[in-house]
Amino acid sequence: MRRRINFRMSGLGGQGVVTSAHVLATAAAKENKYAISNPFFGAEKRMAPSESYCRIGDEPIYDRGELVYPDVIMIFHPHVITLNKSYTMPFYSGIKEGGIVIINSTIELLSDEHKEELEKKNVRHMNVAATNIAKEVAGTELASNMAMLGALLGITDIVTLESMDLAIQDRFGKKYVASGGTATLDEAIKKKFAKKEQLLKKNLETVQVAYKVGKEWASTLKELVLA
Amino acid sequence: MSTAKSLIGTKNKMGQTIVDIEDFFNDKLPKEQHFMTGSEIVKEAIKRASVDMSISYPITPQSEAAALVGELWVEGYVKGYFRGEHEFAVMSQCAGAAFGGARVFTTTSGPGTLRAYENFPMWSGSRLPIMLCLMVRGINTPLSIQPDTIEMGMLLDTGMLMWHAENAQELFDYLLMGYIVAEQPDIHLPIAVACDGFFVSHTKEMVEMVSKDYCIPPYDPYRAPVPVMDMETAPMRIMRDPFVMKSNYISYMTHASWQLEIRGAIERSRKYTKRLMGGSLIEVENGDADIIICSSGTAISQGREAIRLMKAKGMDVGLVKIKTIRPFPDDEVRKALENAKLIVVPELNISGWMAKEIKSCIDRNDRVLVGPHVAGGMTMPPEVLMEEIEKEIALRKVA
Repeated sequence: MRRRINFRMSGLGGQGVVTSAHVLATAAAKENKYAISNPFFGAEKRMAPSESYCRIGDEPIYDRGELVYPDVIMIFHPHVITLNKSYTMPFYSGIKEGGIVIINSTIELLSDEHKEELEKKNVRHMNVAATNIAKEVAGTELASNMAMLGALLGITDIVTLESMDLAIQDRFGKKYVASGGTATLDEAIKKKFAKKEQLLKKNLETVQVAYKVGKEWASTLKELVLA
Repeated sequence: MSTAKSLIGTKNKMGQTIVDIEDFFNDKLPKEQHFMTGSEIVKEAIKRASVDMSISYPITPQSEAAALVGELWVEGYVKGYFRGEHEFAVMSQCAGAAFGGARVFTTTSGPGTLRAYENFPMWSGSRLPIMLCLMVRGINTPLSIQPDTIEMGMLLDTGMLMWHAENAQELFDYLLMGYIVAEQPDIHLPIAVACDGFFVSHTKEMVEMVSKDYCIPPYDPYRAPVPVMDMETAPMRIMRDPFVMKSNYISYMTHASWQLEIRGAIERSRKYTKRLMGGSLIEVENGDADIIICSSGTAISQGREAIRLMKAKGMDVGLVKIKTIRPFPDDEVRKALENAKLIVVPELNISGWMAKEIKSCIDRNDRVLVGPHVAGGMTMPPEVLMEEIEKEIALRKVA
């Protein structure tokens, strides 16, 4: 595994893209890894492009801000690819040699040109039905980000499921002050569940189901992930 | 350090033990680690800062920090809190609270800073030690909400102290240290503690801090060099009874001498700041290298990564980080850059104010590469910084 792994997550406002980067970094910090995460967005509104970045490594990380050269790209919404709702176009710009792209989609969205470009850099891509998994397991599409994280862990094992559980508890288990938009969505997701424990449990279950999907896909690869 | 000594060791009404500022930064008290965003760190620092009054107006990227300080008011750690009508009102209201003898905290960003601008020289002229946490952002037009340090360049001559935190840890430390330095009787000036919006305010990272069971001593307004809320006594009488209404000549004299005194106070702050910042207003790494990256804030973080990349290529590059912008560490910078052949000044703004500051205090200042710059919130990838340095080395035939 590389000494430093850069994750770029692109999606639409309201999908939990920012939350995902923070949860992933928190999980890594719980394993005493060096980690740093930050969001990037314009005017805060649902369906507007939203991006977040997470950097994890085994030495102090100073680099911050927009991530131009990612090892892993996670696409939370098909619009990022089909409508160019993204801060970085094309969505794979800057991806490092041998990188990974994880896309939340049930159908193939990449054009032949996209595939050719990714092939040149030896980049593998995987489609995962994250929204479907979220609906089936948690009963809400608001858990799509958890499914994306689950698939990521299945492929990379960047942090353990135990650390992810702790990080999710950190984020949703206590009072959390954020911007108005995030607070509204937090309220919406809490209303879906009778108890906070249930929210935490369903979130983790979503991670676990998607984890298996990610693992299965990774087992089909000939070479080691992010070698 | 000079503070309200009689209170040290006693408890405040929140049950926090009042300790000397230096005990926050030595190993006397137990420390905790928290993985938090810069905004959350502001809350943690203010919780330990014995703040009386906080007033702000929301603007991205500062809004979360201001809202979190509001929580401290609910919890009882901050005695007064409200949202003003707009930034100009907010900074005037902060002045009112400080005139009344309160320790005041406020935050703003980019366009908000400029909307409030007239108040900053008024604060320093009135010797109000208000803490302004600046989470810097681009200034319109075109609109940008991302980090850009240009507003710091615009605040250089307001008579405020100005420090620049590189990361959340320094933001925490500087907010606490800042109050103590700014409130010294021979300083007594407002202070801006700046950090780069989003890249610090919205970034989660690990920060070490003393437990919330401890706080710094409260502000003692009776140690102020100007009387509290006393418009009848000189020098504050200049506010109620301006000299310009009497004699132009006296008006010139009082203005010039008073402004000189403010500049003198900024200079005097060096000794207190050095003591709290571990002896120096700059940080030097590998200072013997021919090529040095010199700047402040997250431009330095990107510099550290670029140095790592260049080291892997066998290149020897050093680093000088500037922690305080006002006072500017002229002597330290001059000495640290004495033997450098190429001085690279990366900045997150279009104007290059930091390069101008550095150029004005060193000799042979053609050694300075003004840049690279990013502006309007763009990030500065270490790869780009390295490329620019390689180009300049080839051009100047350094090393």
